[in-house]
Amino acid sequence: MAMDWSPIGISMKTASLSILITFFLGLIVAWVLVKIKNDTAKIVLDGIFTLPLVLPPTVVGFFLLYSFGVRGPIGKFFIDFFAFKIAFSWWATVIAAVVMSFPLMYRSARGAFEQVDSNLLDAGRTLGMSEWKIFWKVLFANALPGIISGGILAYARGLGEFGATAMLAGNIAGETRTLPMAVYSEVAAGNMGEASYYVIVIIIIAFIAIFIMDFISIRKEKQWK
Amino acid sequence: MGNKVLKFNIQKKLKEFDLDVGFELKKGCLGILGPSGCGKSMTLKSIAGIVDPDEGFVSLTTDKETVYFDSNNKINIKPQKRNVGYLFQNYALFPNMTVEENVAAGLEKGHDKIVSEMIKRFHLDGLEKRYPRQLSGGQQQRVALARILAYGPDVILFDEPFSAMDTYLKEQLRVELVNLLNSFDGLSILVTHDRDEAFQFCDELLILDDGQIIAKGDTRELFENPKKVEVARLTGCKNISRVEIIDDYHLKSLDWGIILEVSEKISPNITHIGIRAHDFVAAKKDDVNSIDTSNSKKLEMPFEWRITLSNGLWWIYEKRIHDHDFEIPDYLKVDPKNIILLEE
Repeated sequence: MAMDWSPIGISMKTASLSILITFFLGLIVAWVLVKIKNDTAKIVLDGIFTLPLVLPPTVVGFFLLYSFGVRGPIGKFFIDFFAFKIAFSWWATVIAAVVMSFPLMYRSARGAFEQVDSNLLDAGRTLGMSEWKIFWKVLFANALPGIISGGILAYARGLGEFGATAMLAGNIAGETRTLPMAVYSEVAAGNMGEASYYVIVIIIIAFIAIFIMDFISIRKEKQWK
Repeated sequence: MGNKVLKFNIQKKLKEFDLDVGFELKKGCLGILGPSGCGKSMTLKSIAGIVDPDEGFVSLTTDKETVYFDSNNKINIKPQKRNVGYLFQNYALFPNMTVEENVAAGLEKGHDKIVSEMIKRFHLDGLEKRYPRQLSGGQQQRVALARILAYGPDVILFDEPFSAMDTYLKEQLRVELVNLLNSFDGLSILVTHDRDEAFQFCDELLILDDGQIIAKGDTRELFENPKKVEVARLTGCKNISRVEIIDDYHLKSLDWGIILEVSEKISPNITHIGIRAHDFVAAKKDDVNSIDTSNSKKLEMPFEWRITLSNGLWWIYEKRIHDHDFEIPDYLKVDPKNIILLEE
């Protein structure tokens, strides 16, 4: 039987788009959370944003299906106004990956932001730097090692997403069958050989991601010290 | 030198106390002296606009008056728009930027000339491409000052600039800072808990305790005549005692158990007296304000003897480094005019 390469392409596409969304969304949310002064609001919001990390993926998938499904509020909205069914489309794999990888990005970015000495930001202000410039050149730049490692972790998490994807996107060959899905399907069909190819691809991608992460953070730290 | 005036009047509720300070600074350097956590830094941050006071007014006059903060008229100018430089305690240099980039951080693009001028002025030549962590403490301070002056402020605020330094470096940097302040055509405020720094840098002083001003005025005058117990303590008076007034010119020290004569008529609200540790001299038994020194203890320092009398009084006697012998005289006295009368 010829090897089906489509899961690799689907997974790469899904993981790439979802990390792009997760990265910036995570940064913004982390920044907003750092700025909020009210402790109760902080704890409640942090709880909500971290939830996907601690809940079983199928439970997250259940909630996603509930809101993005044909009868769900968001799913219905898209069908009514755009005639587009989100559930069980390729976009569903992206949504599942974003939601599941978001807590890793958000928590890493927030931790990295909080590590940056707040005097640096105030110094920037008294020197007349705009808030935009302070955010990118001071806060972001100094939190970069932490942010990058968060981004890579989130990327890897998105790439490996299984439970929520299965619930919201299903396992449609050539459409929503990502690499982890493909591994599962091949094993279920008794094709251990095919499954092992997919496994090797995943291991290689994961290893490259970790390598990049360590390389960047070590280089940055060396430069400043 | 232009006629610059910095006015501030700041009220802010803090956890432990309410901050309430005000001053009108017209020239030179103002010192804010007080114990740790008395609201000094908060005052500076309010002037710079990093922290918002609850109520108050801040304005800077150069050619005309610019209001930075006015709670009555809901004016609150962003720190970016205030022409105020701030030297942080840890310098707050951007660790991800080189010396050059740090100095240029507050400037628009295309001001390379100012940057190279500042690099030269602060003797940072050759260090342009280094990162802050590769610099010594003294170099870091110079970069921080270059960065502030490149921005061209009318006011510089110094937040305990020497508090975390070893003695040798401190002495060196103090000299550098005095030179800088002499050449700076603007106003400055130095916050410190160190009386030496306050005396060295500041023409005028504001003494804070628990957020309230307990004294303000000319620095030398405040050191010579502190008037209040807390001011005497902060200006470094080692001997302070509660007193009982005997008559117009005599009082009894309750802590040292001696009777002393003073040169100034004692007003009824005097509750304490202070005697600086340097103000004692050897005496005979029958002299005015003579004090018995039996059972005193002496401690040798490189340049002074520190003598504690049995009743708790401190005497500091200057010496040379190679003098190691010293006999405590049997009696000490203090000139009546050197006894500082204090109110609670």
